[in-house]
Amino acid sequence: MLFSLHFSLPPAITPLPFKPLSHVPHHHHTLNMLPSPPVLKSPLCSTMEHFTLNHHGKEEGLDGGVEVDQTLPLGLRRETMPRHVAVIMDGNRRWARSRDLPVRSGYEAGVRSLRTIVELCCKWGIKALSVFAFSSDNWFRPKVEVELLMSLFERGMQEDTGIFFRENIRISVIGDLVKLPQALQELILNLEETTKNNTHFQLIVAVSYSGQYDVVQACQRLALKAKHGHIEPSDIDISLIEQELETNCSEFPRPDLLIRTGGEFRISNFMLWQLAYTELFFAQSLWPDFGEAEFLKALLAFQQRQRRYGC
Amino acid sequence: MLINEDVLGRIFSGWTSILRKCVFRVLRVGPIPCHVAIIMDGNRRYAKRKRLEEGTGHDAGAMALLYLLVYCYELGIKYVTAYAFSIDNFKRNPEEVQKIMDLMMESVFLLARLSKVCSLRVHFAGNLQLLSADLRTAAKKLMENTAGNSNLVLTICVSYTCSDEILHAVEESCKEKTETTGRDDESVIKLADIEKHMYMAVAPDPDILIRTGGECRLSNFLLWQSCCCHLSSIFTVWPEFGVLHLVKVVLDFQHKYSYFARKKNAIMELENG
Repeated sequence: MLFSLHFSLPPAITPLPFKPLSHVPHHHHTLNMLPSPPVLKSPLCSTMEHFTLNHHGKEEGLDGGVEVDQTLPLGLRRETMPRHVAVIMDGNRRWARSRDLPVRSGYEAGVRSLRTIVELCCKWGIKALSVFAFSSDNWFRPKVEVELLMSLFERGMQEDTGIFFRENIRISVIGDLVKLPQALQELILNLEETTKNNTHFQLIVAVSYSGQYDVVQACQRLALKAKHGHIEPSDIDISLIEQELETNCSEFPRPDLLIRTGGEFRISNFMLWQLAYTELFFAQSLWPDFGEAEFLKALLAFQQRQRRYGC
Repeated sequence: MLINEDVLGRIFSGWTSILRKCVFRVLRVGPIPCHVAIIMDGNRRYAKRKRLEEGTGHDAGAMALLYLLVYCYELGIKYVTAYAFSIDNFKRNPEEVQKIMDLMMESVFLLARLSKVCSLRVHFAGNLQLLSADLRTAAKKLMENTAGNSNLVLTICVSYTCSDEILHAVEESCKEKTETTGRDDESVIKLADIEKHMYMAVAPDPDILIRTGGECRLSNFLLWQSCCCHLSSIFTVWPEFGVLHLVKVVLDFQHKYSYFARKKNAIMELENG
């Protein structure tokens, strides 16, 4: 796997602070200048300019009738914002290699990118963001790298606790946490407990996670409940399975939009069940380079999609 | 509208067939995907654009699948899985649903003929209890009659969603555990138990999952099995998916192949210690 997450930064790099939530973007007026895009051959790649202006593009006050949502960049519509966005943060190591930097620098740059996206989600009304930080396959990486990631993750959680409280962010961590170092497990449990009543935004971090594992553990729990007589075996249905998935920690367990950076076109065992009707967006940018402009492209592309939920 | 049964003769003969085989011979120098899965989206848009009678888009789609089977057989692809009808599709207009069911019945007979020409095994994956008795019987008969064929395995996902497939697999696993359980630790359902009882257990995981019609979502198709496979969204609507599109998909696969092979080997080496 080509990605991971950690929250910490080394002392040599000044952490970027979260901007206050009332910050208004300066760039939205420039979107007025863009022409309507051509019809595209493939909707996948983020380099396609796959968004259009709608009536929100009119300047406030000129026609007297259209309200412009000042907290959103021009072009984005509040009513069709995804409630839950999932991200596969791929490309940190390639980013570092392309700059002749150590791999650690790639992860640190990835953290900065994550902070930017979390901030934008809070500002633009997205309620939940799930990030694929460490896959169950990543345990196969060299031990030294895995240990580095675990220690960076631990340090990051310790250092960012203040931010979560200030910004009213709830943290949930999903995955097979038994494999994590004991100290990290305790940190996670503590952070989840202390932020569980935060309501503005939820950050779901998938660590030691696989979508297949999630489904298997849900089915195991249900089978055990049936065995102990809490439910009838015939009661087991799709909705019951869904309630046992690890994403039951969220009010919106199914992502509306999945973004994968790094140019690869696959899900890599992330949230399989939950992605049944999710719109997929594959971006060519490496994760550390995925910023506001790229995120906006993805959201605008999402808002163009016609969701049929299988029908 | 009936599918034209002369199509079998047309596909296998003529100069286009010779040209195609030459192209495939060149492609076969590189790795060929073992299993290709397809979400055949865009039939209705095709009919609308061509101003055809409503429902005939699906006929054109069935023809496109037939052509694809022949191409895959010639190219050496061993497994093809096609998303023909989702459980969610039952919510569509009843007339359209009936047309698709009628088309499915005709396709069963055409596939029976094709299976003799190229040793095709046909498998129907899905909750077949939701189908009419006639169609279910015809489908089961075709599955039995072709069970011994092995050149190419076509799995048609009908009355299917992956959520329903997993639910079914869990139910079957629970039943099996109830019947055979001894010690408590043997009664815990494992990943292997679920996979054993999946409708798609007849085929390995797909190497590529293609969606035509320009949408970029899985629509509850092979969520489990496609966890690591390459996804390809093609703007062309399904009835217009032809040999050139397939060639491009295979070239794409060959470009990505070294990554998949390395990853598989790395995981196997580490698992074997």
